Amino acid sequence: MKQLSARKRAWMDDFSGYAFISPWLIGFFAFSIIPILFSLYYSFTKYDILGDPVFNGLENFRTMATDELFWQSLKVTFFYAFVSVPLRLIFAFFVAMLFNRGTRAIRVYQAIYYVPSLVGGSIAVAVMWRRLFMADGALNAALAKIGIVTDVSWIGDPNTAIWTLIILAIWQFGSSMLIFLAGLRQIPKELYEAASIDGAGALRKFSHITVPQITPVIFFNLVMQLINGFTVFTQAFVVSGGSGDPLNSTLVYALYLYQRAFKYYDMGYSSAMAWVLVLIIGLMTGIVFKTSSSWVFYEAKEGK
Amino acid sequence: MTNRKIKHLLGQAAFHLVVILLAYVMLYPILWMVSNSFKETADIFNTTSLIPETFRFDNYARGWRFNKSVTFTTFFYNSFYYTVLSTLGAVLASSLVAYGFARVPFRGRSFWYGCMFMTMMIPYQVVMVPQFIIFHKLGWINSFKPLIIPQFAGLPFFIFLMVQFIRQIPYELDDSAKIDGCNRFSVFTRILFPLIKPAVITSTIFSFYWRWDDFLGPLLFLNKPRLFTVSLALRMFSDPMTSTDWSAIFAMGTLSLVPVLVIFLIFQKYIVQGLVTTGLKG
Repeated sequence: MKQLSARKRAWMDDFSGYAFISPWLIGFFAFSIIPILFSLYYSFTKYDILGDPVFNGLENFRTMATDELFWQSLKVTFFYAFVSVPLRLIFAFFVAMLFNRGTRAIRVYQAIYYVPSLVGGSIAVAVMWRRLFMADGALNAALAKIGIVTDVSWIGDPNTAIWTLIILAIWQFGSSMLIFLAGLRQIPKELYEAASIDGAGALRKFSHITVPQITPVIFFNLVMQLINGFTVFTQAFVVSGGSGDPLNSTLVYALYLYQRAFKYYDMGYSSAMAWVLVLIIGLMTGIVFKTSSSWVFYEAKEGK
Repeated sequence: MTNRKIKHLLGQAAFHLVVILLAYVMLYPILWMVSNSFKETADIFNTTSLIPETFRFDNYARGWRFNKSVTFTTFFYNSFYYTVLSTLGAVLASSLVAYGFARVPFRGRSFWYGCMFMTMMIPYQVVMVPQFIIFHKLGWINSFKPLIIPQFAGLPFFIFLMVQFIRQIPYELDDSAKIDGCNRFSVFTRILFPLIKPAVITSTIFSFYWRWDDFLGPLLFLNKPRLFTVSLALRMFSDPMTSTDWSAIFAMGTLSLVPVLVIFLIFQKYIVQGLVTTGLKG
């Protein structure tokens, strides 16, 4: 009798559990699993959306190996991600250190520093950014004021165009800063007090307490932001006018993938590119995780 | 004693000076845009000045009607329509799903929860093409359906945030409600949903921001100007091939940021909280 009711209860739990998660579960199949399977299939086909997909084996991947634009977009994306993400995190960390004290004005400063992160993803800012770095934009006007007269269009020069995107990314360090600041505030005060009693100086406290305590937070942010960095699209699209110009110097991976799909209707190739992206992101994340044990400090390991 | 005090004061002054200087640099581009929205277009070039010599409010009127047939009234309406419906769907669905994951001990729970995290790691580019083709075949292109309906599945990020929140609420509350005759659904609606209000507000704000700024989605699925969101309209307006009326572009750019900034001023606390809980407890 009792066993029966327990079984019945388990069944009831299953029923209500699946009922509650059903919106996500349906969406998971409809908008993730099924498209993922299709994408995998398309990546081995030639498909221009008008006709039917035609299986062509590894042809897309073979084309990729000799596609200069593909390699260019990889180069641009790697450069963008590996320059902008570390710089943004370093910047965020040092500003957070600066703010980790008890002044009342900090709250106001925090809010101001967060504003760029807040609006940074908008088209308005991307459009403004383009204007800022043009030959007759504000940057050159500011340079002229300190005696450097130049009519370089930072947007139009293939050597500098990607830097305008990198600066746009670094400019938005505010959200990482807030996360680091919260992390710094969670470090137990007793650790610092104990270190002071032992005669540790500020530098030693920083390297032996602050850094080890904050590395898990930095690690998590590094992984998430690298992934985001590899898939950057909107800013590059707007700043380059959708083309990746000048001379494809801002042709980030996601932009080239988009062009392949929706400018040339090369759905098969585009899908194949998407899977290479998954591979790259998986590999990067794997490397970061593998190496993390040597530099990320987890409290649980400390002899508990 | 006094020497120490002076040193402390000097340190404080240096700190504030550096921080304020940096704050100025940080805010400068935004202030520059706002200021330019009031200037004559000719006054925008080759200047760093933040104070307009004349206040030309007609930039706003010109920008609003830059497109002869469709005005920004339509674009703002479309953006609000997309943002509000999507946010409603995403937040309500996420809270239901989060309750299921956090409180109901059903079989396969941790498997599906793991699947949810997997989807967070998969770049949108993978599903972009097949989704486009599916929606194309369904005849959903040039409607808001492909943008709004997927939101009603809930967002992993919000589900995770709310699960974290629900786990902090003691089980005794659920149990006593059940003794009072509540079923699971009414435990959720009457007891837990009100208690996870902070997580709900945080999710609402983030959803609003992401939908409001969303560019790729509308770019893929909306091709007719009368369906354009503010983001798409701004991009059309600022097309580097044709655009010259910069002060009007900046005027509309400024307006597009107003909802974002207003929400930030009202709900600052929740934004910081959301960033911190999801950023820390990864």
